[in-house]
Parts: sequence; C-alpha cells; structure tokens
Amino acid sequence: MKERIALDLSKLPPHGMGSASLTFWGTSAFMLIEGTGFALAIAVYFYLMSLAPQWPIKAPPPDLLAGTILTLLLLLSVVPNMLVSRWAKQRDLRKVRAGLVVMAILGLLALIPRAFEFPALHISWDDNAYGSIVWTLLGLHTTHIVTDIVDTVVLACLMFSKHGDNARRYGDVEDNALYWNFVVLTWLPLYGCIYWVPRL
Amino acid sequence: MTWFGKTPSPADLAAGDEKAEALLRRTWSTPAGVLAALSTVDHKIIGRRYIATAFVFLMLGGVLALAMRLQLAFPEARFISADRYNQIFTVHGSNMMFLFAVPVMEAMAVYLVPLMVGTRNIAFPRLNAFSYWIFLAGGLLLWTSLALDTAPDVGWFAYVPLAGPQYGPGKRADIWAQMITFTEVSALAVAVEIVVTVFKLRAPGMSLDRIPIFVWSMLVTAFLVIMAMPAIMLASSSLILDRLVGTQFFNPSEGGDALLWQHLFWFFGHPEVYIIFLPAVGMVSAMISTFTQRPTFGYLPLVLAMIATGVLAFGLWVHHMFVAGLPRVGSSFFTASSMAIAIPAGTQIFCWLATLWDGRPIFKTPMLFIIGFLITFVIGGLTGVMVASVPFDTQVHDTYFVVAHFHYVLIGGSVFPLIGAIYYWFPKMTGRMMSERLGRWAFGLIFTGFHLTFFPMHMLGLQGMPRRVYTYPPELPWAGLNLFVSLSAVILAAGFLVFFIDVLRSVRHGPPAGPNPWNASTLEWAMPSPPPPYNFRHIPVVESLEPLWTSGEALPVATGLRLDRRELVVSSVTAGEPEARESSPADSIWPFLAAIATSIMLIASIFSPWAVVWGAIPVAITLTGWFWPKQTPEDES
Repeated sequence: MKERIALDLSKLPPHGMGSASLTFWGTSAFMLIEGTGFALAIAVYFYLMSLAPQWPIKAPPPDLLAGTILTLLLLLSVVPNMLVSRWAKQRDLRKVRAGLVVMAILGLLALIPRAFEFPALHISWDDNAYGSIVWTLLGLHTTHIVTDIVDTVVLACLMFSKHGDNARRYGDVEDNALYWNFVVLTWLPLYGCIYWVPRL
Repeated sequence: MTWFGKTPSPADLAAGDEKAEALLRRTWSTPAGVLAALSTVDHKIIGRRYIATAFVFLMLGGVLALAMRLQLAFPEARFISADRYNQIFTVHGSNMMFLFAVPVMEAMAVYLVPLMVGTRNIAFPRLNAFSYWIFLAGGLLLWTSLALDTAPDVGWFAYVPLAGPQYGPGKRADIWAQMITFTEVSALAVAVEIVVTVFKLRAPGMSLDRIPIFVWSMLVTAFLVIMAMPAIMLASSSLILDRLVGTQFFNPSEGGDALLWQHLFWFFGHPEVYIIFLPAVGMVSAMISTFTQRPTFGYLPLVLAMIATGVLAFGLWVHHMFVAGLPRVGSSFFTASSMAIAIPAGTQIFCWLATLWDGRPIFKTPMLFIIGFLITFVIGGLTGVMVASVPFDTQVHDTYFVVAHFHYVLIGGSVFPLIGAIYYWFPKMTGRMMSERLGRWAFGLIFTGFHLTFFPMHMLGLQGMPRRVYTYPPELPWAGLNLFVSLSAVILAAGFLVFFIDVLRSVRHGPPAGPNPWNASTLEWAMPSPPPPYNFRHIPVVESLEPLWTSGEALPVATGLRLDRRELVVSSVTAGEPEARESSPADSIWPFLAAIATSIMLIASIFSPWAVVWGAIPVAITLTGWFWPKQTPEDES
C-alpha cells in the first residue's frame, strides 16, 4: 500500500516518564492482580469467620506490639518514599541514591518486627482454619515486602552504576516508589483483619 | 544512515529506500538457529507458537474425548477402567479449559493485537516469551502425568474434599493444582502485556473510538483475566498448602469449609467462560464487517455490551452452586444476574444481524463458521437461561444436560468463531490461503457432527444420565442414544481432521495470499503477508475506524523512529497522541532459562515446600540475567 507522510516522531523523547512509561502501566497492572489477590484473601478471612462459632478459633487474639510497630514503620517509610519519587522526577541523582539506600534499610528494618509477628499470632498454620488464613495473610504480605526490598536493592545498585543517570532508570525509581506505597496500603486492611477484628 | 534524526523526504519514501528497509529488517529479525529460536521476542513468532501448541492440545484433548465416547458407546463396556476414566475426563476438561481455550485466545491476541493497533512489538516482549515457555511446561506436566498413569482424577474443577488430603492421596491433585499455577502465571503475564499494548502502544491517532472491536474484546478479556485468575490461584495454592503442609482451609472439622473451594473456583470459573467468549465476539465482529464489506453495525453498543458482559461475569458464580444449599435470597440474586447477561449477549447478536442485513454477505468459509456460531451459541444461550433457573437446575444438575449445555456454549461460542478466525487470518500469518473446498467440508462435518453429538446429550440428561460415570447398566434406556452420540463424535473428529489437514497442506502449498485478500479494513492488512519482522515500514497514522477503507490511495504514516534500534511509539491512553519513543528489548535466552528454573521450582514444590526456598535461587539468577542492564539510547542522550 502506498504511504504519505503525516507525522514526524523524531523529536519525541526517547523514554516517557510517569504515565507515559510502559513500566508504570505494567506495575499498575501487577498491582491490580495482587490487590485482587489480597482482597480475595481478606474475603476468605471473613468467610471463615462467618462460619466459626468463635473467632479466633481456639486461640487468643494476636499480640499487638510487633504488628503495630511494623505498621508505624511502614507509615513512616511513606515520607522518604515520596521524597525519592519526587527526586527521581527532578532527576537529582545524588538524592535518589541516598533515598534508595534509606528505603532499602527501612525495608530490611520492617522485616524485624515481621519476624516477631508470626509467634505473636499464638497459633500455627496447621492448627485450624483461623491459623491457616492469618499465616497466609502474613505470608503473602511478607513476600510482598521481600520482593520490594530486592527490587529496591537492585535499583539502588543500578543507580550507583553508569546506567543510573537516565530517564528510564528515574522512571523505574518512580515505579518502585509507587509499588512501595501499594505495599504499605495493602497492609492496613490486613493489619485491621489480623489484629483488630478478633478484638471486636 | 540517511533517516537518523531527521524526517525522510517524500522522495525517500517514493523510492522505497531499500537500504532503510534492509536495516529495519536486520534490527528486528530473529536470526536462524535453535538458540535464536529459543531467544526470540518477536510477538508474531511467539503468537504462532502459542496458537500451534494450543491446537496440539486441542487435538490431544479430542483424542481423550473419543476415548470416553468409545467407553460410553456400550453399556458395561470394559475398554477403560474406572480409575483411568477419571484421569481421562479430568485431563480432557483441564486441558481444554487451561491449555487450549484460554491460551489460544490470548495467543491470537499476542499475534494480532500489535498488528491491529499499529505497533512493532507487544509491550514487555521478554515476559511474552517467558509466558509461552511456562504455558508449555504446564502442559507437559499434565500430559506427562497422564502418560505415567499419575494424572489428576478429580475433575477439571477439583472439588474438595475429593481433591483434599483425606480423599485424594498421592500427588494427582497436586499435579492438577500446580498445572493451574503454570497456566495462570502465563495467562496473567499475557493479560498485562495486552492491556499495556492497547493502552500505550496504539498508532498515533487511534483514539478510543478508533480501536478495532477485536482489540476492545481482548482488552476486556485481559481485565477479566487480571480480576478473575487470582481467585483460582488463591484456591489452588490453598489446596496445595492443605495437602503439603497441613493447613486447614477446606477441612470442616478444623473450621475450614468445602464450599469455600467452590466459591473461589467459580468466582474464577464463571468469568472464565467470558474470557473464552469475548475474544470470539471480537473475531466475529471483525469477520462480519469484512465479509459484508461494511462497518460493523453499532460499534458503541458492541463495546459497551462487552464491558457489561465483563462486569456481569463476576456476579454469576453462584449459579454453579444452586444445589449446594445456599440461602434462597442468594440464589434468587444469582438467577437474576445470570439472566441479565442475556441483555448484552442479545445486543451483540442483534448488532451482527443488523450488519448482515444491511450488507451483502459473502459466504466464504469464515462466514460459514460464523453462521454455525450464531445458531449453536443461541441454542447454548437458551439452555443457559434454563439452567440459570433454580428449580430446573436442581433437576438436571450433574447430568448430561449440563454437559450438552456447556459444550454448546463453549464450542458454539468460541471454537466455531476461532476456526473461522484461523481461516480468516491464516493468509496474514503464513502468506498463503487455505482451501475453500476443504474449508466447506470441514465446516459441514464439524457443524453436523457437533449437533449430532451434543444435542442428544440434552435428552440423555433429561433421562437422568449422570456426568462423570465410566459406564452404565444395560437395563437403563441410555444405550441407543449413547451409541448414536459416540458415532456422531467420529463425524465431529473427522471435521477437525480435515481442518488440520487443510492447515498443514496450506502452510506450504496454499495459493499466495497477498497483503489484503479479503479487502478488510484494519491495520494488520496494511502490510505484506506474512508480515516482515518489523511489522510496519512506517508507523501508520490512524484517521478513522476503518483506516484501509477510508485512507484512499495512500496510508498516512509517521516517520522519525530509529532504524538501527528497536523503537516503538508510546501514545496517550485516550486520544492516542504520541508521547515518547520507547526501546523494545532485544532477543534473549534468559526468559527461556527463567521458565525452566521456575518450572523446576514449581514441580519440585509438589513434593517439598523447601523447593520454593532452594528453587528461588536459580530463578533469581536467571531473572538477574534477564534484567541485566545494557547500554540504552537514554545512556547516550
């Protein structure tokens, strides 16, 4: 088929930032998948609760301390996370590098109270359905945190390499920050389910 | 090179600039050789592989169906043992749903969507390659288990407690559950790719109201996959945990619930029907438009009907559970929502009928399959309204009536349009036409064989013949109809055989097709057949819904992409305005290696939970190779 020139694309930037980036949409789609998974897991929690004569089943409510410390830590981490995102938008390499190191440390710190959360449940995964679902909720979210830490560490290494200072990597930093916010956001309903619903 | 950084002159274009095309070809080609074949990220090569593999699974599943019909042809037959029969019907159903129906529809999208939206590759092409290898590994797992006589025997729905640790010893149910993981990972990956391709890689000017209906159908389907498949992943993971590490999700004596399985399964399982059906809606719309040589009547109602179908699909799952003893209010709600889906389905049917009425239909083979689809799907839809009614469903539940109904819906609603679509797009994929004569034979045999096979099953069901039984006593009045059904199944199989022969023959010996043999209107027909590795010499600029019918002598195009690098145009979600140029990844062996590492981890985890821990190490290594940074255009800029 014959062609006629209608448009010149040569002046377009070689990478889109924010919603012009493919990675942003890919990350969003994966957040939708995981968000649906978490929503369904919470639905399973309430479904099992609706069937049980008492809730928790044969166990006291989980101790609040470790889970609450983790929640506060996660909420606190949102501040540097937003700053990293802002610095990435401004393409400030020095601050982005520092911010990613801080975020990696905060992520690793979050695993410490998480390790204490499992024994604080006072039940094993194989004791009954209540134990199974709370271990699953915690396990899913721990996987969530761990994958994001790995992502942050890899990204931090990249930003310290010669590949760091370009639009694509700054976009990756923004997307990583977006994903961490999602990790924090999904924890809040899980925290309510695991620690406060049994106390209602 | 002459075109870097500047717009080519009209003289450049007129001259064809063979040098530029040669460079484009070198940039986007997959080299020859086994390693290159394992490394390719070309959506067309992966799409063709996906389609071919899915059809191999269709053929294998059909052989199992014939084996079942042989066993059921006579009362108290002893061709197949009860245990083997359980494995066969389980693998048949699981294979057809998870290894054929969903993958083949997504595979069609992998091949067609980038061409139809006017781009040079799919979004996240390495993920696309990974998804294919994972899908293949899941299929091999299931079929190897059948060959080793350890296949799942719990039905394609794997209801607990039958599939649970107490009643399902051994590893059969674990294999089923892990096969689900393979296919769902693959399906979800493709869904993400399709969403991002449609949202961001559309040609300049392709606003939302200029997206081809098939692309809309795949977009809605992809969202259905994204929203529905986490349910089955959660279900199958919980089942594995119950069986492997002793969780109690489905154990009523420890606070679990068997019905929880059904809720999770059907929350996925019902949208699954529309995951299979909606792509067919897109295919039918594309073909009807071409074979009537007019735009499809009611573009907006059709798109809205597909979106409405997608939303309603999530409100129907309980109609699979009417006999499970749920509260009556719930059953009434789900009866109403099940019947409500007839509204968008009816809208689609009437739009197609209006297109046919207003156009001059050309009855080539694809159109014959569309006629077959309209007749068969309407019958399946009517029996769907019947089983959506609680009193009727209570009577026919788990009888052959239901078997007849869902085969009418699935084969009528999806396989007929799919076979038509293969005849329609085969010339684009291979550069050759399929045989019109063999096509008519294939249609005649498949259509006749299908109705003679499945219509009598309604009667068997009304006579009380249950599903999933490997034999029946001669005193019951089912023998005559069963023999008739089994003989008819041979006619159906013969039809598929003719189709497969036609495909294999035409790949090499079909007459050359040319770029647009049907005079169709959408962008995939704007290029040679089969498409060159770079798809479009210049990215098209879209000015209407039917660009090839309205652009006159010359297609408007955009220039300015680099020729020595794989570059795509990123455009805005709504208006399709160009926003950026984006690098598309080069071929890589790492997705293949990552799929092998992931497969080993998943299969080993059937036997030990520690496999997840140790298996994560090779997976991490291969992912590191996959994502290892290379010099990018942004580095230079």
